[in-house]
Amino acid sequence: MLSAFPSRLSSALGALAAVLLVASPLQAQDQLRGDAPDDWLIQDATVLTVTNGTIENGDILVRDGNIAEVGTDLSAPSGVETYDASGEYVMPGIIEAHQHMAISNVNEATNQVTAEVGVGDVLNPYDIGIYRALAGGVTTAHVMHGSANPIGGRNETIKLRYGVTNPDRLKMDDAPRTIKFALGENPTGLYGEGRNQVPGTRMGVEQVIRTALTEAERYMEAKQAHQSGERARPPAHSERLEVLAGVLRGDILVQTHGYRADELLMLMNVFEDFGIQDLVFHHVNEGFKIAPELAAFGDDGAGATVFSDWWSYKFEVYYSTAYNAAILAENGVNASINTDIPGEQRDLYLQAAKTQRYGDLSDTQALELITINPARQLGIDDRVGSIEERKAADLAIFSEHPLSVYTEPQRTYVDGVVRFDHEEDPDDMRLRVDPEGTVDLARDGWSRHAAHSCLKGVAQLRATRNGVTLENADQ
Amino acid sequence: MLSPSRPRPQRVSAVLTLFVALFLALPAHAQKQPGFQGPFALTNAQVIVAPGDTLDGGTVVIRDDSIAAVGPNVSVPSDAQAFDLSGQRIYPGFIDSGTHLGLAEVGSLPETQDFNEIGDLTAHMNALTAVNPSTVHVPTTRVHGITSVITEPENGILPGTAALIGLHGYTPEQMHLGGVTFTKLNFPSVGRQGPSDDRSPETIQKESEKALNKLNELWTEAERYARIDSAVAEQPEARRQPEFVPAMEGLLPVIRGEQSLMISANAAPDISKALDWAEERGVLDQLILSGALEGWRVADEIAAADVPVLVGSIMQPPSRESDRYDKAYRTPALLHEAGVTVALRSGKTENVRNLVFHAGFAAAHGLGKTEALRAITTTPAEIFGVADQVGTIEAGKRANLFVANGDPLQPATDVQHLFIDGYKLPLENRATKLYDEFLNRNPGLEK
Repeated sequence: MLSAFPSRLSSALGALAAVLLVASPLQAQDQLRGDAPDDWLIQDATVLTVTNGTIENGDILVRDGNIAEVGTDLSAPSGVETYDASGEYVMPGIIEAHQHMAISNVNEATNQVTAEVGVGDVLNPYDIGIYRALAGGVTTAHVMHGSANPIGGRNETIKLRYGVTNPDRLKMDDAPRTIKFALGENPTGLYGEGRNQVPGTRMGVEQVIRTALTEAERYMEAKQAHQSGERARPPAHSERLEVLAGVLRGDILVQTHGYRADELLMLMNVFEDFGIQDLVFHHVNEGFKIAPELAAFGDDGAGATVFSDWWSYKFEVYYSTAYNAAILAENGVNASINTDIPGEQRDLYLQAAKTQRYGDLSDTQALELITINPARQLGIDDRVGSIEERKAADLAIFSEHPLSVYTEPQRTYVDGVVRFDHEEDPDDMRLRVDPEGTVDLARDGWSRHAAHSCLKGVAQLRATRNGVTLENADQ
Repeated sequence: MLSPSRPRPQRVSAVLTLFVALFLALPAHAQKQPGFQGPFALTNAQVIVAPGDTLDGGTVVIRDDSIAAVGPNVSVPSDAQAFDLSGQRIYPGFIDSGTHLGLAEVGSLPETQDFNEIGDLTAHMNALTAVNPSTVHVPTTRVHGITSVITEPENGILPGTAALIGLHGYTPEQMHLGGVTFTKLNFPSVGRQGPSDDRSPETIQKESEKALNKLNELWTEAERYARIDSAVAEQPEARRQPEFVPAMEGLLPVIRGEQSLMISANAAPDISKALDWAEERGVLDQLILSGALEGWRVADEIAAADVPVLVGSIMQPPSRESDRYDKAYRTPALLHEAGVTVALRSGKTENVRNLVFHAGFAAAHGLGKTEALRAITTTPAEIFGVADQVGTIEAGKRANLFVANGDPLQPATDVQHLFIDGYKLPLENRATKLYDEFLNRNPGLEK
């Protein structure tokens, strides 16, 4: 039969078949870097390993997306591309412990406890913000549920593989699951002031959390009783309580929005009562007041991921200090710096550098705040956060020291693949085009300030006449 | 700056030593004041007289509120308190060309905010009236060498007048620098105004046109109001007074060409339209452009109109998804290359202090260090007509200057001394006080 086909048609079919074979599913899902190499030798850089000092004229050999060797005078095996980084600085890819980019929903603000939802279900790989973060040396981001509810939804740790279109390919394999809790003005503003419901106070926030965790404890006990035959039927399935049971078991790390010292102490007490060991506080503007208590929490201390210098945008951050990160770090708290707001994720290296003005942190201490420390907070420090052999080749290359205000990011590698290239990338890096193509002045001067006020989160709600509007951030 | 580690006690002990020295040197009444005047002599420093004009091993003498002398061979007056500043640099105080400083305290509390008056047409409002000299944000800002800022009203099309204020004083009038006051106009915009702005492009266009019509109507009336007002002034007996219209009264100095008009516009079409509008209305000579996020798209038009620009905030993503990631950082450079006069504005309230890092980013993204410094010293001083008072370190000018142990745009650099109007001000604010109290909290974990 085949021989009956005219030869031109059969060769065309053959070509089509060849195209289909070459275009593997993986490539088809990566619009930008489907065939990009993940074997590299980066040569003659100042290598800021963060965990093992600085190597002058250092080389990094990358094989299959992982760091194979770090040293000097390494040579490139055949088939390995080289990048001449002489005069440049390589640091571990920056890790953002608190972001809301790359998700199409932020807050399930319909109940005080919404542990059953997760932003992993609404990842948006087309968000240009992912590329802009890469252009600032960021390679990993913890994208989070909002802070409307005392117990919010689950977050997702993503690798910034900009170019992939399958949302699941953004997810970081093996990253521990995490969940958002929130204290203070945001939940009390939304539920108390906004809806005349508990919690209207910080007392109420405590009891909402205690009640939910107690219900989860009883749910677990009932399930256990059923399994051991003491109980005829299992409890009615609750996805919410399943997730909270994971929190109680220590399988799901709790990431808690909170500002004031008293509410941070409150949650530490609650967690001690429930035997929960893993706790990272986010924003934590008053963390400096209780740095010794944070450091002493549980086995490893409570983590704190803070803003470099944001304050005064609402009352619970009025008594703040830009020295917060330095005070925490000097008191032995595992601290990191984040930017929270989509659009702000481009200059984390500058935010880290500010700790040298506010508290005289050393270069390594400052870099830890955006690399290994957030990696520890997210439970991914075995894979990322420093330049070490066998870790993922997530690397950020800068023209000058990354803590210099005059530095410019040159290249960013994620799993050994160049995902940002200062020289080669075109200006327009969209994966798809918005036909309306409006001018977005969202972050423009004063109109930005207005937007920023909304971005303050639900604490702002009582000032708006048009009901509840929640933005893509939750300061 | 990038030394691996620095022993912390140095800073504390340096502050202590200075404090003790001052305490011993001062009359009793001055000890209770946060700032005091000299005379002072700053010796052996590298003096950045103006961006691009550096004097090594120079001496600066400050007497009363002014710089009395600057030079390599200036002798230290016998009555002056002298500071040996070997290895340090003296810079002219920085100027932020657009903030809300003094007009707001806590972002989420409307009762602490005074920059948004009700109504679209409130040209008779004056930001200076509402400046709170005691705001916690003033000392937080000035410790970075920022000695004066433009503070401006916000809401509506014609929100009122902005003012240049110095960052030391107990009344708004004491802070008002050189009497600089100018009218602000928010040009009707075709841009999307924030993440919650979900208007359709058609609606945006329609609303922008409506606002422009409103502005034109008002301006035409204001021109007429000014003509009548002038006619009445010429023949008070023969003419009837026009009905008093406060907003139009507020516009009189602009209509008469006596006061600058600052137009805030960011989208490229808005900027083009604003330039045409200003020409039609005969106010192009008085025009200052503010914002200009997309100014680079129409840089040649701005240059041809010879209008100075207060750019910023540049620390933001570009205005269109299709634009290169660093376009906002590069806007000052692109405007400068086109021949536009560029000053920088932070657009902030509590974080005006970051102006220095905005300048650093502008420098790194094409503007260069000298031009970036000009954009926060000499250039705004010239734009606001106070170049005879501030912007450089020259004899006869106000003593607005600071001493740093390095490049003040670098995060690792520390400001060591600060002078505003000749007052030596402590480098203290809420942030430093909390640091001093809590770095090594006592009691710690156990009481």
